[in-house]
Amino acid sequence: MDIVVLVKQVPDTESLVQIADDGVSIKTQDIKWIMNPYDELAVEAALQIKEAQGGTVTIVSLGPEKTIETIRTALAMGADQGVHINDPAAEGSDSLATAKLLAAALKDIPYELIIAGHRAVDEDNYQVASAVAEMLGIPQVSMVNKVELADGKIICDRTIEGGTVVVEAALPALFTTQRGLNEPRYASLPGIMKAKKKPVDIKTVADLGVDAGQVGAANRKVKIKALSLPPERQAVRMVEGEAAGDKAAALVKILHEETKII
Amino acid sequence: MGQGVFAITEQRDGELRKVSFETVSEGRRIADGLGAELTAVILGSGVDSLAAELNKYGPDKIIVADDAGLADYTTDAYSNVLAELIQSADPAVIITGASAQGKDLAGRLAAKLDAGVAMDCVKVQIENGNLICTRPMFGGKINADVEIEGDCKIVAIRPNVMDIAEVAKDGAVEKPAVQLGEVKTTIVEKKMDTSDKVELTEADVIVSGGRGTGGDYAGIEALADALGAAVGASRSAVDEGWRLHSDQVGQTGKTVSPTLYIACGISGAIQHLAGMSTSNYIVAINKDEEAPIFSKADFGIVGDLFEIVPAITEEVKKVKG
Repeated sequence: MDIVVLVKQVPDTESLVQIADDGVSIKTQDIKWIMNPYDELAVEAALQIKEAQGGTVTIVSLGPEKTIETIRTALAMGADQGVHINDPAAEGSDSLATAKLLAAALKDIPYELIIAGHRAVDEDNYQVASAVAEMLGIPQVSMVNKVELADGKIICDRTIEGGTVVVEAALPALFTTQRGLNEPRYASLPGIMKAKKKPVDIKTVADLGVDAGQVGAANRKVKIKALSLPPERQAVRMVEGEAAGDKAAALVKILHEETKII
Repeated sequence: MGQGVFAITEQRDGELRKVSFETVSEGRRIADGLGAELTAVILGSGVDSLAAELNKYGPDKIIVADDAGLADYTTDAYSNVLAELIQSADPAVIITGASAQGKDLAGRLAAKLDAGVAMDCVKVQIENGNLICTRPMFGGKINADVEIEGDCKIVAIRPNVMDIAEVAKDGAVEKPAVQLGEVKTTIVEKKMDTSDKVELTEADVIVSGGRGTGGDYAGIEALADALGAAVGASRSAVDEGWRLHSDQVGQTGKTVSPTLYIACGISGAIQHLAGMSTSNYIVAINKDEEAPIFSKADFGIVGDLFEIVPAITEEVKKVKG
């Protein structure tokens, strides 16, 4: 089966995120960049399917020059080839424009299945994969923590509030990953060596036939006007007492009488 | 140029979900701010009676899209029907919950309508007729104020954040014929948690445990029971296999905004703090007084959680009688 995995490079979740001087972007100099954790699950899911039944795994990513590191990481895990949409004109694209670029790149790649993270842990937009599926006219199943393939369809456990629904979709289809789907492998040293020789196609906006007037920071439909840090809390009030019971009683008194929560 | 506000509500097994009331209430506020009409939309099968319930929150009009194929949410049927309703009514603003349904739907609708989406908004303001939406990014480490451009704007609101307000209004109910269009997905089974466990993202109170529990959640479960709370977990507790992934709070788990969050044996890694920092009140219980969680807490207790947590449970029972 030919599988495409949509991947994004994001700041490490352990990174401190700081606002840049322009007030609408983040400081990028001290950030460690990683593959979006949900995309790691997507790469792993693709590799497991390929190992079970053959086929190819193609990584598609939009991002600046350094994005190649994340594509190479996926190739080192075992993916076969990459497509890197790398064009200053595409930088700062919002979710919809990103989806247009990814969908355009997918026109030239054979696929029966597309896998992506359910969100990227940077802007947390939850939209790109759904929009790509719509643009390609294929069904989608979101937030999947279990997947099976049978008879030209995927059978997915989709996580929702308070449970799971089992959804079947006819192939070709797209699904997005949720934690619990698998444990992503680490790239092995031989894998890393091999990845250096695997092909990565570089594409520009023009190569993809997308109108430059629809992508990039200048053409965002969702414009960031200002970034701010969440308001700081007042200093913590430590609840003291002799024994555990005294501390517990003092806390519950506060929660009952002052905050009136209990 | 569109006008009017659409509030897309959601039902499960014929019952409206709480986020629906939040969506219609927020829709009412936005419609009033824009001087526009509010239309509430409900999709389902045999859901006529839900219109009266939605009417309490002040829509000018209610559209009931009723079809056997809309009983359960599927991306294709729901997005096809909604796109048609939206194209025919041409609203300027569409509001939906940033729930499992809304998060799945928004990107699909955005692509159909070529519309921008502000996802998971915690505040919506109107400035000179424009919507300014505040939404957390980086799992809550940063808040962004965003403005959506274009004729049609989609705003997905974070569940459990917006106020519900009852407004007396007698909205007219419309029941248009619907076309499901091409549907390539089928719901084959629903595996719902049948216990009366409270869903994390909708809980008023969460008791959460981390590495300090050593995998023993008995005390935390007991306190949660006493408080009618949901149980959460840190990433390390989930990585250890002590709790399910669906219990994880943090940047790579769920973002929660309860009234009270009690963190037990959680040190306060930055990615965990990101997921719970919008809670109204945070209580931290940790044996290490230097633990970073105390810097984000309102109230702190230094001590052994295996002594403190059961003692709190006893006190809660006394207060609750």
